[in-house]
Amino acid sequence: MSTTSDTIAPRQIPDRLDRPLVSLVFSWEALLVLVAVAIFVANSLASPYFLDAWSLSDLTFNFTEKGLIALAMALLIISGEIDLSVAAIVALASTLMGMAVQAGVGTPGLVAIGIVAGLACGAFNGLLVTRFGLPSIVVTIGTMSLFRGIAFIILGDQAYKGYPAGFAFFGQGYVWWVVSFELVLFLAAAIVYGFLLHRTSFGRRVFAIGNNPVAAQYSGVRVGRIKFVLFCLTGLMAGIASVLITSRLGSTRPSIAQGYELEVITMVVLGGVSILGGAGSIMGVVLAAFIMGLVTFGLGLLNVPGIVMSIFIGLLLITVIALPIVWRRIKGRRAA
Amino acid sequence: MKTLLNNREVWLAAAIVAMIGLVSSRFAGFAHPGNLAQLFNDTSLLMILALGQMVVILTRSIDLSMAANLCFTGMAVAMLNAAFPAIPIPLLIIVALAVGLVLGAINGLLVWKLDIPSIVVTLGTLTIFRGATFVLSGGAWVNADQMSPAFIGFQRAQILGIPVLSWVAIIVIALFFLVMTRTALGRSIYAVGVNPTASVYAGIDVGRTKFIAFCISGLVAGLAGYLWISRYVIASVEVANGYELNIIAACVIGGISIAGGIGSVGGAVLGALFLGIIASALPVVNISPFWQMAISGSAIILAVALNARGERKQGRIILRKAEAA
Repeated sequence: MSTTSDTIAPRQIPDRLDRPLVSLVFSWEALLVLVAVAIFVANSLASPYFLDAWSLSDLTFNFTEKGLIALAMALLIISGEIDLSVAAIVALASTLMGMAVQAGVGTPGLVAIGIVAGLACGAFNGLLVTRFGLPSIVVTIGTMSLFRGIAFIILGDQAYKGYPAGFAFFGQGYVWWVVSFELVLFLAAAIVYGFLLHRTSFGRRVFAIGNNPVAAQYSGVRVGRIKFVLFCLTGLMAGIASVLITSRLGSTRPSIAQGYELEVITMVVLGGVSILGGAGSIMGVVLAAFIMGLVTFGLGLLNVPGIVMSIFIGLLLITVIALPIVWRRIKGRRAA
Repeated sequence: MKTLLNNREVWLAAAIVAMIGLVSSRFAGFAHPGNLAQLFNDTSLLMILALGQMVVILTRSIDLSMAANLCFTGMAVAMLNAAFPAIPIPLLIIVALAVGLVLGAINGLLVWKLDIPSIVVTLGTLTIFRGATFVLSGGAWVNADQMSPAFIGFQRAQILGIPVLSWVAIIVIALFFLVMTRTALGRSIYAVGVNPTASVYAGIDVGRTKFIAFCISGLVAGLAGYLWISRYVIASVEVANGYELNIIAACVIGGISIAGGIGSVGGAVLGALFLGIIASALPVVNISPFWQMAISGSAIILAVALNARGERKQGRIILRKAEAA
């Protein structure tokens, strides 16, 4: 007791403190790397087909699209908000691209439509949350129904096909050997978002808002504007993901990307972002994306049905969150 | 504050009556008592589920796993019925309640003992429960011809001209009303939502209250599991997929604040009825059912906007009172 009495523990701001080696070893990212390596080894032992360049390349398609959305979602959740409508934005953007195809729009036009549609949906969410001060979890449950509902109104039980040949590159093309365009885009976006969150004043403001929005406001941070930008970014990434998914599948149905929102949020939380806001890192989210891809792909090679995989994802989510809490409890008990 | 709360429900009830009036002006049979009774029956499941969700939301938590719990419990009961048709229905209902309770208690324990945010816990258990349904059934369906006549017929039996399903809903509504307004448990659930810190000083165990709330939502989901399967006479892994958000939507439309502490049994029931009327009115007025999703989405956004206005007003009034005191 006497040793700690003179140093009152400061409020933890977990981003970018000069961490000693010990805390780095016990950090969330280290835990995730450990989990990833364990799953990787288990996979290569379990299936002879796993350790193959093309297999590993196929693996990345399992998470790049959701991962792109997760990057922006991480920032949004760090700021204390959430967007449940991302999958619906994907569906609406894809539907609008499908409409444009019927009107004879070419590949560059399609990409622009997908991205702008995503951005517009994100801005709509942002407007409702920041201008009218509504809780984002409910607003985005509403817009989730609204966006996907519009897709259903336009498409009904039909499907759009006939995307131009050049459009297929985004979801099916390879930049070099087994390195897909999707993977390159995901890694590039991860670097951009990592820089934005951890190396810019904008990122510091996002953390500040998440830790204490009132204090941030009084410190001159434009809380509303930054949250609005974050909603726009999330919509933008959903629009980009929509381009990739539509290109990969080559068709649009209103039920496209159903249930993605929960997988994206699982990815973000698994990556160590606090669901209560204020803490998290892009590195963690990228690792979590890889882990989810590894789990689903490895189990897929073993012919485990997708629905059973979801048990593993769910267990992984709860155990990875619970472990540090239990660990701290045990340590606390030992100290006391 | 009480009158404001009442006002919101009166307002919602008026909107529902207006909607029924509007639809029946174009289609006279819609407001017929028989049709309205049918509408109540169709909405019974959503009402029951929304009440369970309400209790959880009141304690500043959320239960995303209700639909998955319903799916698992329904499958378990259906398989039990298919394998042993001799088991009487009351016993099956007790099994459904017990299974639902256990699943709800798992959520509750994780929230209570490990302090994990409920949205994370139930996001995890949502996928686990649904996956467990697949493991339990081996991916197979339980079809109508495998279920016993008593299993299917129970909720369709008429008592005083009203089907049992509606009676179940009426009894559940009455029970929730009693618990929420007339018991210490009900008061502590509200207290935990309004101010957790003050609740601790008032001698309420916040974690334990949340645990009980999750047990209640689990119980309700279990009951709804049997009723759902026997109503739609098919049990599969896909049952009620995505329905968790409908349940939350009913609560939000019913004026239950996602921030906890505000909401009533009447609100949850009316919110569910509102969604039920939209679903049944659209085909009558010749609007494609594909519009339903977009319309309920807009209704949710509108409801939140109205709720937020009401809550802000309340806040100011409380402050003024505090200053005056």
